[in-house]
Amino acid sequence: MALLEVRNLHTSFKTDAGIVNAVNGVSFNLDNGKVLGIVGESGSGKSVTAYSIMQILAPNATISQDSSIKLAGQELVGVSEKVMKTVRGNKVSIIFQDPMTSLNPTYTIGHQLIEAILLHTNRNKKQAWDRAVEMLRMVNVNEPEKRMKQYPHELSGGMRQRVVIAMALACEPDILIADEPTTALDVTIQAQILELMKSLQDELGMAIIMITHDLGVVAQMCDEVIVMYAGSICEQGTADEIFYNPQHEYTKGLLRSIPTVEAETEKKRLQPISGTPIDLLNMPKGCPFAPRCDAAMKVCIKERPENVEVNCDHRTACWMYIKNMLEKEAANDE
Amino acid sequence: MSEINKDALISVRNLCKYFDISVAPFKTKPLKAVDGVSFDIMRGETLGLVGESGCGKTTVGRTLLNLYQPTSGEIYYDGKQIKTRKEIEEFRKKATMVFQDPYSSLNPRMTVADIIGEPLDIHKLYESKQQRQERILELMGYVGLNSEHAARYAHEFSGGQRQRIGIARSLAVNPDFIVCDEPVSALDVSIQAQVINMFDELQEKLGLTYLFIAHDLLVVRHISNRIAVMYLGKMVELAETNEIYNHPLHPYSISLLSAVPVPDPKIARANQRVMLQGDIPSPLNAPSGCPFRTRCAYATEQCALEMPEFKEAAPGHFVACHNLDKIG
Repeated sequence: MALLEVRNLHTSFKTDAGIVNAVNGVSFNLDNGKVLGIVGESGSGKSVTAYSIMQILAPNATISQDSSIKLAGQELVGVSEKVMKTVRGNKVSIIFQDPMTSLNPTYTIGHQLIEAILLHTNRNKKQAWDRAVEMLRMVNVNEPEKRMKQYPHELSGGMRQRVVIAMALACEPDILIADEPTTALDVTIQAQILELMKSLQDELGMAIIMITHDLGVVAQMCDEVIVMYAGSICEQGTADEIFYNPQHEYTKGLLRSIPTVEAETEKKRLQPISGTPIDLLNMPKGCPFAPRCDAAMKVCIKERPENVEVNCDHRTACWMYIKNMLEKEAANDE
Repeated sequence: MSEINKDALISVRNLCKYFDISVAPFKTKPLKAVDGVSFDIMRGETLGLVGESGCGKTTVGRTLLNLYQPTSGEIYYDGKQIKTRKEIEEFRKKATMVFQDPYSSLNPRMTVADIIGEPLDIHKLYESKQQRQERILELMGYVGLNSEHAARYAHEFSGGQRQRIGIARSLAVNPDFIVCDEPVSALDVSIQAQVINMFDELQEKLGLTYLFIAHDLLVVRHISNRIAVMYLGKMVELAETNEIYNHPLHPYSISLLSAVPVPDPKIARANQRVMLQGDIPSPLNAPSGCPFRTRCAYATEQCALEMPEFKEAAPGHFVACHNLDKIG
């Protein structure tokens, strides 16, 4: 049994302009100790997927009742807030993009760390203080005793993100959700934080869901990857499958549009994906990527492709792949 | 780097920009955002300027265009020094800027035609209304916007399209030189490539020269002929793109380049990162001597005493470090 099983997740938001289906039928598994990357552009539903697991969505959001999120066998969709409170922080923790806004500027670092520990464990104040110092030491914050008495504005961006990670890990969760954890940081600090997350994962053995738009971060960190576009999964599989054997036209386009790492002997043009990201209020009937896809066929506009298996490590939802497969089979039959 | 290169379109010598920051009532302290930077930009080339936030790369771009008045230093355009009010005004017809945030850099109360036409109005570059209109439509054509977009407002466009409007505006005065200040970092990955290609195409078509400021090192590498690395207001290294990626000499450049996440799992797993310890110091309390010495593995006593000279270590490869022979 997988640690986390998400099946057919639908999350929608009621807005003045109409209902926005931010997540449309997302299914995936996450095993113990694995790093799962969710990549996609802004508005692709990657963060909403994560927030749905934690159920920390805005009040105008609903998770449809036929969705299923199972954490170690326990169904989370439809459970009470009281049950969710035992899940959040204890079993699933989250760290956000901007470490300044996820810390309260009016309390000391120590106060905020201890609050989390007191809330979720049976420690008394003294023990919680010791645990907080131990956590800060674990995330390589220098002079942890001094930091405990400081306020968030006294720390640098990288240091704040370390504090947030310490807070998220204080109760030893099974799953850590990291929502663009390094996007607000500089490259050298990003490298430090990613390295820290990797080593903490080795040490504590938790699973990580890494939400990012940076394919470089995915390549460095993740075992498995989900590529999302307009609320649906285009393609999912192991990192090697996604990077070296992409099947969906959107994944291929994304990989083509980023500058390569090989030395460029002559100036080459990048190959961008044409058009602009989709308007979630006016979703097309067929494949959501069809309006921007260079290889779109008639069927792409009419009908949504099913998520089919490429091999045991790899699934994709693309008509082009299905067509090629059928042709190959027909050729084999003859 | 003292005499002025005749072939350079832009030459900057010992450029300094200090901001007075109040540290206590009635007491200010200079924040040395840019401290003695010198470089040349050749006609038709793209110079990439990289560094972490707070290293002064944006300030270099803005001071270069006299949007900030330089504290000291000299700026030459086409061999002539830009100093007086009149020279600055003339210079601004030849040098423009594209800003980072396509949301805050366009006036929400102006139509696209007026945004693009504003530089034409300011510099009086047309004789009739008809001519103004034609020029605006021509500029919109350059950046892939339709004539029907002209009467719309900025909020009706997506981020990528807004950046196109900003680029059309920067092209209005028919410049030779454009400072691009993180022009793609606010855009989605699939849109970034469209805008980067447009910069390439416009450069070929109009013979533009760019100073391309960015923190995304893969993008900078793609677009630049040469790359300059800054750290805490100082330029630490400057070389041809492939040279700096294959043989970085300054310890900071070495760590910076190895920290870039590579979008290829096999290379990423094998990558030996040179981790930097700690954070970038506050520019208000910059270390004495070499600014990088507090995080540098090779730092010696000499580094604390004097700032290394920015000198040519190999042909066309400039670097400011005392310990080049040790790093090798």
